[in-house]
Amino acid sequence: MKAQHLKIKEYCRISNNKVLLNDQLLYEDPGHDFTTFIKLAYKKMDTNYPKFFKMDDLSKLGFLASDILLKPTIQDSEMPNNIALVFSNSASSLPTDRKHQESIADKENYFPSPAVFVYTLPNICLGEISIKHRLYSENSFFIFNHFNAEYLHDYASSLIESEKADEVLCGWINCDVEDYEAFLYLVSTEGNIAHNKEEIIKLYTTK
Amino acid sequence: MNKSYLSYNNIVSSLGFDSPTVVQNIHEGLSGITLIEDENLFPNPFYASVIDSDDLGKAFEKLRPNGDYTRLEQMMILSLDKIIKASGVELTDRVGLILSTTKGNVDTLDPKNPMPTERAYLGTLGHIIKNYFGFTTEPIVLSNACVSGILAISIAKRFISQGTFDQVFIVGGDIVSNFILSGFNSFQAMSPLPCKPYCKQRAGINIGEVAASVLVNKDDNNLAPEAVEVLGEASCNDANHISGPSRTGEGLYRSIISAFKEANVGPQDIDYISAHGTATIFNDEMEAIALNRLGLDAVPLNSLKGYFGHTLGASGLLETIVGMHSLYHNTLYSSKGFTELGVSQPLNIITATTVKNLNYFMKTASGFGGCNTAAVFKKVQS
Repeated sequence: MKAQHLKIKEYCRISNNKVLLNDQLLYEDPGHDFTTFIKLAYKKMDTNYPKFFKMDDLSKLGFLASDILLKPTIQDSEMPNNIALVFSNSASSLPTDRKHQESIADKENYFPSPAVFVYTLPNICLGEISIKHRLYSENSFFIFNHFNAEYLHDYASSLIESEKADEVLCGWINCDVEDYEAFLYLVSTEGNIAHNKEEIIKLYTTK
Repeated sequence: MNKSYLSYNNIVSSLGFDSPTVVQNIHEGLSGITLIEDENLFPNPFYASVIDSDDLGKAFEKLRPNGDYTRLEQMMILSLDKIIKASGVELTDRVGLILSTTKGNVDTLDPKNPMPTERAYLGTLGHIIKNYFGFTTEPIVLSNACVSGILAISIAKRFISQGTFDQVFIVGGDIVSNFILSGFNSFQAMSPLPCKPYCKQRAGINIGEVAASVLVNKDDNNLAPEAVEVLGEASCNDANHISGPSRTGEGLYRSIISAFKEANVGPQDIDYISAHGTATIFNDEMEAIALNRLGLDAVPLNSLKGYFGHTLGASGLLETIVGMHSLYHNTLYSSKGFTELGVSQPLNIITATTVKNLNYFMKTASGFGGCNTAAVFKKVQS
């Protein structure tokens, strides 16, 4: 298998209170904050997974974007899929880190919670997706100051070429004080878009 | 496909500031875990492996740094500085930098910390290390819970085999912070005494801090004497639970099978297993089940948590480096804290440091999010 034969099968974007699959707008709701928007988007996408409500914002965002891309593939298949998860962002789990830090700042009012603390790792989001879609696959969570198409491209190619994965769900899932953004794409041997750095940047920057 | 070798390496820890000193201390059975009384870290006294701040400050000052650096940055710079100098590698665009950490400078979120809270961004940490040494490529920060340190080695190998880099410096590090201690305590995962991996009396983890670094090389020339080849590695999720290991050890089992397949080895080839062994009830039991499913129960095994505590994002890298020295010295190091088997399946725990001819070892780790990683290494015959 050669890297130049790999394709981008589909891609999903959740940002600016919009949900897009490839170029198609699936849902839009400009009036709400993230918490309300993601809940409404979850309902609209017919996700039906009550554990969603226990997740932190980063996991909700990554989970929903992944679910939109993976649901059709996984439903068609009886065998467990070997789809690797390779996510990246700039803020790691900082919104939840800040929440945990607040709970321990005051010794008189000290209330650290395991339900919060467990989400102070960005890869918990990958665990949530793996549980839902029965993915016993490769997981990696990278932190970059900015979206890094080159590293994601090389790493996804290497996972497929070395037969560690059949497909790779790749991209950027970020939540921070001011904003949130999800952009995920599925690298596969099937599809119509070439898997190269230029195409990845083009898809990422077309908003 | 390009090969990958682990070469020059360093450990900055409570057992010393270079690998040979640390390994000698392990040989002598010394542990870095002590009783700490520091209310800024935790309300009650606790056992942990903490680096002496004066020693760290003095060693770091010798580098004549410009500017202020956090505790973790000092540890990482000190560690990486030694191997960059020892290897003589020029930091061109063919040389990568990978940082492995779970929480980075999380202590800067504490209002009492003098450093700005922006320092808690892991990308910022990556750039501070990059700029200090003058790396010319973008740093890759990996934050994948407690498998980060060993997964970082896999990732370096994969980027080398893909042709992205010829050489990769990995530095792993995490510190003992009130953030981490309060969190693991809320999980009731902390041991009231020095930890006892796989033992009947085990009662949880101790937290530890280290910075560890290694050079991953494409070529087999100019290698350190204790160098090993990365033969195979894999990482598989449990797809079971976000904060507890699978009861059947599914992800670890699959990781080992896949690493063996790539390495083209079987259970009979492995001379030594450097396991995760956090000393929680569930982790150690899960590992015993996974290893027995693979017929690895008779292979000599240790956990190094009794020497360093659980050093989180650095642990897999730290323990791989000790494994390299174990092979080099043909010595199996005692699994500190162990007295009586306390898991449901047999394991061959190393109870006394012994000399044995060693050629292959396996390192495993498991962590929150259901992640597991296994890697097989082979001694480079000089």
